[in-house]
Amino acid sequence: MSARRLLPPFLRTLLALGAVAAPALLAGVLPEDEADLMYHSYQGGDITVRGPSVLIRKKVGDSLSLTYNYYEDMISSASIDVKLSASPYHEIRKQNSFGADYLHGKTTYSVGYIYSKEPDYIASTTYYSLSQDMFGDLTTVTLGYRRGWDQVYRDLCAAPHPTDSECPDIINDPTFHQRADHWGYTFGLTQILTRNLLATLNYEIDTDQGYLANPYRQIRYASTGGAGFTLAPQIYPNTRTSNAASVLLKYYLPWRATLTGSYRFYHDTWDVTGSTLEADYTLPAWKRWIFDGSVRYYTQTHASFFSDLFPYANYSNFMARDRELAAFDSWTLGLGATYEFDIPRAPWIHKSTANIRYDRMMIDYKDYRDALLAAQYGAGNEPLYKLDANVLEVFLSIWY
Amino acid sequence: MDRGGEQRVRRAPAASGRRARAAVLGALALAAALGGCAPIEPWVKPYEREHLADPIMALSRNSIAASYRDHMFETREGSHGATGAVGGGCGCN
Amino acid sequence: MRNRIAAIIAAAALALPALAADPTGAPAPQFTLGSKAGSAVSLAQYKGQVVMLNFWASWCGPCRQEMPLLESIYKKYNRLGFTLIGVNVEPDSNAANEWLKQTPVSFPILYDKDSKVSKMYDVAGMPSTVIIDRTGKVRMLHRGYKPGDENEYLDSIRTLVRE
Repeated sequence: MSARRLLPPFLRTLLALGAVAAPALLAGVLPEDEADLMYHSYQGGDITVRGPSVLIRKKVGDSLSLTYNYYEDMISSASIDVKLSASPYHEIRKQNSFGADYLHGKTTYSVGYIYSKEPDYIASTTYYSLSQDMFGDLTTVTLGYRRGWDQVYRDLCAAPHPTDSECPDIINDPTFHQRADHWGYTFGLTQILTRNLLATLNYEIDTDQGYLANPYRQIRYASTGGAGFTLAPQIYPNTRTSNAASVLLKYYLPWRATLTGSYRFYHDTWDVTGSTLEADYTLPAWKRWIFDGSVRYYTQTHASFFSDLFPYANYSNFMARDRELAAFDSWTLGLGATYEFDIPRAPWIHKSTANIRYDRMMIDYKDYRDALLAAQYGAGNEPLYKLDANVLEVFLSIWY
Repeated sequence: MDRGGEQRVRRAPAASGRRARAAVLGALALAAALGGCAPIEPWVKPYEREHLADPIMALSRNSIAASYRDHMFETREGSHGATGAVGGGCGCN
Repeated sequence: MRNRIAAIIAAAALALPALAADPTGAPAPQFTLGSKAGSAVSLAQYKGQVVMLNFWASWCGPCRQEMPLLESIYKKYNRLGFTLIGVNVEPDSNAANEWLKQTPVSFPILYDKDSKVSKMYDVAGMPSTVIIDRTGKVRMLHRGYKPGDENEYLDSIRTLVRE
C-alpha cells in the first residue's frame, strides 16, 4: 500500500540530491538562473508512477545560488508483488528540496535539505559538499557527505474489501513505527584530458542502519497443498554498507557531437554486485535541435538472503523475495530531443527549450518467478519474470 | 675551565650545526622542488577550451532530468550511487 | 655562519618563484593581428596611449557578460588617450562575429586565431585583461571576470591616464 512496495526503502530521497546538488556542473562558475517544469511517467509491470517536477534556481548576489525543487510521484499499483499479497493501491509521495551553492574563489560549497513524505514513510536528508578546481581548472575534486533520517510506518486497511480492489479506508497502524538512518560519503574527480576529452571518476560509500525492510512485502516458502507455497513476512538485516565506483569518458567528435561511455561497479554487504555499462550519443542538428540516444546494460547478482522460493519456513535468519534484490539483466534504450525556441515578448528569458525523452527498460530476471502462475506451473517452476517498462519525460526549461 | 668542559661546549654546536644545515638544505631542496619549479602547467590552455565549453559537452544538460533518470534506475535495481559529477566546462574565472 | 648562509639561500629560493611569476613592470610583448575592421593592427600603433587588452571568446559566459561594460569604459576614456582592444582567441571567428552582430562594440576587435598572442601574454584564464601604460609597460593583469571587477580596471585606468 505504499511506494515502498516498489522502491528500495529510503533511496528515493537520496536521489533527489541530483536535482539540487547536480547544478554546480561548471567548475568555478555558479549555475545559471533557471526554471524547469517537468512531467514524468513510468509504466511497467502494472505499476504507473506519474507526476510533476518543478525546479527554480536563482542567484542571490554574485556568490550564492539558491535552488528549490518540488517533486511528486502519483503511484497506481497493481504490480506482481501487490497482486500476490495485497490489494491495488493509489498513493502520492511529495518531496521538497532546498539547496544552496556558494562560490568563493575556486571553491564551491553546497548545502541542501530534502524532505519526502508519503502516507507511510517520511524521509529527511541533509547534504554538504565541497568542490575545488585545481591545476589550471583542468581538475575538479568534489567531496560530499549526506545524512538521512527516515520514519517508517505501515498502512492498514480499516475496512474489509475484496483483494482485487482498492482499500476504501487506509489508516496508519499505530503499533508500527520504525526508523532508519543513512550516511553517505562521496568523492568525485573530473579531469580534462585533452581539448576534446573529459573523464570523471566517482566513488561512493553508504551505510544504512535500522529498519531497512518493507513492511508489506513477503517471502514464500514451499509447502504442501494449495498453491504449493505459503507467504511469510520478510526479514532483513538491520545494517548495510555499500560501495560504488564509476568512470566516465566524454568525447567531442569533429562534426560537433559527443560520445559518452561509462561504467559503474557496485557491491554491498548484502552481496549484491551490480555492473552498469552505458553509451550515449548527442547530436545537435538544424540550429535549434539536439538529439540524444543511449544504450544501457545492467547486470546484478542476488542478495545473499534472497530467494524466490525458500525450501521451508524459517529457512534462515534473513529472508527476502524483493525483485530488486534478485539476479537479473536489463537493457534500457533511450531517445531524446531538445528544441530551442525564442519567446519574443519576454526578453528577460535569454534561452528556452522544450524537451522530450523516452526510455524503454527491459528486465529479465534470472531467479525471480511469476508466483501468480504457481497453480498452472507449480511453485518454483513458474516462468522467470520479465518486465518491460516505458518511461517518458517531457519538460520545459527557461534560463532568465 | 677544564679542557673537557671546553671540548664539550665546542662539540655541541658543531653537531647541532650539521643537523641544522642538513635540515635547511633539505628544506631548500624541497622548496625548489615544490615552489622553485613552476606549478603543473595546464596542457589545455584556457583559450583552447572551446569544445569543452560547448553545452553538449556538459556532464548533464538538465539536472532534474538526470536526477529523475537516476531515480528510475535505483528504484528498480539493487545498485545505487557514484552517479554525480561536477566539472569540465569553460574554466572561466 | 654557514647555517645563516644556508638559511638565506633557502629563503631566497622560496621568494624567487614569486617574483618571476609577476609580469607587471615588464614591457608588453609586441604583436600584429588582423582586425574585424579589415586591416592589420599592431600594438606599436598605440604607443603613447593607455591600452587595455581583453582576451575573450564567444563561448565564455563571463567574457560575454563583461563586454557591454568594456564598451562603456571605452566610450568614457577614449578621448583621454585610452584605447581598448578586444583580442578574440577563437580559431574560427564565425561564432564571435555572429555574437558581435547582436552585441556590437565600438572598440577594435582583433583575431588571434593561432593563439600566438595568447601565449605571449601567458593568458591563464578566460577572460584575461592586461593594462599597458603609455610607455608600453604592463601595469595590471586581471584574470577572469566577476561583476564588480570593472572597478579595478577603472582605478588603474584613471591613474595611468594621468601619467
